[in-house]
Amino acid sequence: MIKIANAQLWVHDQDEALAFYTEKVGMEVRADVTMPEMGNFRWLTVGPADQEDVSIVLMAIPGPPVMDDESAEQLRTVMAKGFAGTVFLTTDDCQASYEELKGRGVEFTETPEERPYGIDSGFRDPSGNSIRLTQVQMPATV
Amino acid sequence: MAHVPPARHLLRAKDLADARYFEPLGVDDLARAAGLSRAHFSREFRRAFGEPPHAYLLTRRLERAAALLRATDNSVAEICFSVGLQSVGSFTTSFSRTYGQAPTAYRASFPPASHLVRVPTCVVRAYGRPQNRTFREDSGPVST
Repeated sequence: MIKIANAQLWVHDQDEALAFYTEKVGMEVRADVTMPEMGNFRWLTVGPADQEDVSIVLMAIPGPPVMDDESAEQLRTVMAKGFAGTVFLTTDDCQASYEELKGRGVEFTETPEERPYGIDSGFRDPSGNSIRLTQVQMPATV
Repeated sequence: MAHVPPARHLLRAKDLADARYFEPLGVDDLARAAGLSRAHFSREFRRAFGEPPHAYLLTRRLERAAALLRATDNSVAEICFSVGLQSVGSFTTSFSRTYGQAPTAYRASFPPASHLVRVPTCVVRAYGRPQNRTFREDSGPVST
């Protein structure tokens, strides 16, 4: 059986991303390891406290020789424009989660709204990545 | 702290248009969100996203209006005001130019069953936003 363990997200600044995902979104740190033998590569993962087997890897954009300067710059630009990716989060209560995160300073780009599939909202992380926060409510019958 | 790419500030302006299109928002407000002068902002926004900010804001409003036409029975005037536009006449003109038919005809062309399609809103908003159509010559490729 294949399962999802980690999914990777590029971030502009790991410290800034760590503060955002833990202090504002309310996730916990799963791993924060810096490896001097690998050019101080920092393996940094976060995840929801109640969902232990899935986490997000907050990956810094590397420089040469891992990634050439031009690619790194293109990646930074694409991310800053908001096209680098989306994380889809779910919640039992979209309105309550919205109030909670808003109270901690998260700026929402979409406030909770009723949709055919549930109640949906959205915000961005400091890097420009899009985060959805959805209370999924499928109709019993189609 | 790594240097913040300039495009991140432009994205703030784009997000503002997406978040508060229903308010009487204009390019000046978007420029302020990006922290740039209006002229500089319009140029940089177009360079980054391939279309001028006023066109982005208008097509966001038209996309939301089209969604409301499909999903509600609100009147055309109500929908016009609820997406931040202030003139029903201009709305009808912009909508017809963009979608190739008037708002009422557009609504009539969708069966009520369309509400059963369960696609995430972010997808609806991103892929449903129309290409801006204008009779002026400002919709061509970005010249550098």
